[in-house]
Amino acid sequence: MDRRELLKMIALVTGGAVIGGEVFLSGCKNTPDKVAAGVFTAEDITWLDEVAETILPRTSTPGAKDAKVGQFMTVMVKDCYPEADQNIFREGMQQLDEASEKAYSDSFLKVTPAQRVELLTKLDKESKEYQKKKSENDNEAKKKDKNAKASPNHYFTMMKQLTLLGFFSSKEGATQALRYKAVPGEYNGCIDYKKGDKAWAT
Amino acid sequence: MPQDTLHINNKAEKQNDYDAIVIGSGISGGWAAKELTEKGLKVLMLERGRNFEHVKDYKTAGNNPWDNPHHGATTLQQRKDYPVIHRGWAAAEPVMDYWANEIENPYTEKKPFTWWRSYQMGGRSILWGRQSYRLSDFDFEANLKESVGVDWPIRYKDLAPWYDHVEKFAGISGSKENLAHLPDGHFLPPMALNCVEKDVAARIKEKYKGERHLIIGRVANLTEAIPGRTKCEFRNRCWEGCPYGGYFSTQSSTLPAALATGNLTVRPYSIVTKLLYNKDTKKASGVEVLDAETNKTYQFSSKIVFVCASALNSTWVLFNSATDIWPGGLGSSSNELGHNVMDHHYNIGASGNIEGYDDKYYYGRRANGFYITRFANLYGDKRDYLRGFGYQGSASRQGWARDVAEMNIGAGLKDSLCEPGPWTIGATGFGEILPYHENMISLDKDKKDKWGLPVLSMDAELKENEYKMRKDIVSELVAMLESGGAKNVHSYDSGHAIGHGIHEMGTARMGRDRKTSVLNAHNQVWDAKNVFVTDGACMTSSGCQNPSLTYMALTARAASFAVAELKKGNI
Repeated sequence: MDRRELLKMIALVTGGAVIGGEVFLSGCKNTPDKVAAGVFTAEDITWLDEVAETILPRTSTPGAKDAKVGQFMTVMVKDCYPEADQNIFREGMQQLDEASEKAYSDSFLKVTPAQRVELLTKLDKESKEYQKKKSENDNEAKKKDKNAKASPNHYFTMMKQLTLLGFFSSKEGATQALRYKAVPGEYNGCIDYKKGDKAWAT
Repeated sequence: MPQDTLHINNKAEKQNDYDAIVIGSGISGGWAAKELTEKGLKVLMLERGRNFEHVKDYKTAGNNPWDNPHHGATTLQQRKDYPVIHRGWAAAEPVMDYWANEIENPYTEKKPFTWWRSYQMGGRSILWGRQSYRLSDFDFEANLKESVGVDWPIRYKDLAPWYDHVEKFAGISGSKENLAHLPDGHFLPPMALNCVEKDVAARIKEKYKGERHLIIGRVANLTEAIPGRTKCEFRNRCWEGCPYGGYFSTQSSTLPAALATGNLTVRPYSIVTKLLYNKDTKKASGVEVLDAETNKTYQFSSKIVFVCASALNSTWVLFNSATDIWPGGLGSSSNELGHNVMDHHYNIGASGNIEGYDDKYYYGRRANGFYITRFANLYGDKRDYLRGFGYQGSASRQGWARDVAEMNIGAGLKDSLCEPGPWTIGATGFGEILPYHENMISLDKDKKDKWGLPVLSMDAELKENEYKMRKDIVSELVAMLESGGAKNVHSYDSGHAIGHGIHEMGTARMGRDRKTSVLNAHNQVWDAKNVFVTDGACMTSSGCQNPSLTYMALTARAASFAVAELKKGNI
């Protein structure tokens, strides 16, 4: 490699990312399966944006909608989720609307911001309980049969995980909500930290 | 020289005849090419996969996290295409096509075996973990003292000057520790331990009366610029390829040096199907190559051959060579070719929380961690198993992926995830696997790869010594983390298929006797003195240290010897 060429390339370099070893997607850990047909519509993306925004809203820094998390979720579900999880996710979108209808007699997009928060808070608690039991049950089943299949994930856990991943690794999330340095240039193993200072994105 | 083949050849003339042929372009092959060309030999380096150019082909290296469509996660299609790589941690969106195509290159698992392969220029030197440790006489003498396998035909003093030689060129950062079981080397300045790691190290030192050592990892990342390469920029994305040449790879280091001599010809897409063996001279006369793109067969001749195709593939080449004389292949007269597969067993470790240090953080992404050096069965310590293990790990503050139990959704969750979480510390054990004759690889002639070539069949497993060691790896780590101040320490043992440590080695071991080893003290095949095997295949025992640095040193040593013998007319 010619040295000038190398320096030119270095000038173009901008980026840094934690690679998938830490990727945080239980849905992606299952065995590949036949991919479900079905394309997300623009309405689906708007709907997912609103769910994501309720989970991570715009505050003094950008929120999930600013980071186009709805779009990201559809790409991840389509490309990375096995068919079974794709179906749980799709059905989950309906179930979430049904829960909203039941509680507030209106679909998720039509209820007030406060009602959205209340509903998703309830779903978050429910899904955490569910996942905890699921993991206990799966462990028990595995003890009896090493090849026992894991039971299904809760749809809201998927939505929340994808929202977090999509937002915090987005440009808006990484550079404005968190701190991001593409090329740190050095390592200092001990710097002072004050409460309120942002975490590193990667 | 056929015109329809691709050559990367600055100045050297295209030809069929060379002084030396190097099979493979990874860490060992790159070193062989550098050393041989610098000593004036005309060298042909053969790589079975595609060309892969420094900087230019590191297509994702400049990406930000959000530039990868799945932000690093692999897709369903990638999972289908690379099932073996997905067994471990090494599957990530940007590097998937750096790994060997598993559909085109199958292998047989008589027993579970995880084989991490990279079939492209530079081999695994692009993807490697870069931890670089010397073996010591505790390792070289162990087989003899314990009557395990065969004795290494060399000792530390034979390799020490070659460790110096390769460290100076590769650029290894690390701290001098004055430990007989982990000899110091020619180091660039060490990277730093962070505040928590420093304090944990001090507590462990005190608790274990100075007999246990938590040190910064010795790593092939440049903490200072060296000629032709800039220093590590602490992005910690080495395996995508470093645009700065901040770590050692064939592309950043040995290949440019070899090309600069004008003596190197490189030929990608060149699958070596066999060594050509001349039974009158009892030497190899060259190699046969199958062009992976055109399916045409070529022959190249040379005075010497360096087999550096990665441990198991080097043995695959030997299996397929000189079969008219030895049905089991070149080197099989010892009955040890293909036997004594080793690895480092891991997938085992522990982690815990460190309270306090809320006012401390770090800057930069350190492409390195700490190393807890071996202590088992050393200096009078005695266990119910042989050999030892080390640990690699780090302390860090949790990031946004952590669970915040009291938070559900909304601005409160977002605010807390935008701040760093509590400190955690964790480590993984890397344990020595003994050489067992019955742990072996062989040719599966019923299964063929894309080119119709027989594939390898793996038949190896952990045994009692390793299982006993695994128990100890867990309990000692838990005890040490707790002595270091960690709370809520959780341990795991996820089991280990041979190969999973990516340190597969053995199958053509060095030894003192041609009846019980494939290679002599200079990595020469006993049955063909001009054939040198210098990658992981040659290992007589595995130590518990990451092995690549040893392959570099053995390769440089063998190259020096080969050139001297060539000049003397001995080979």
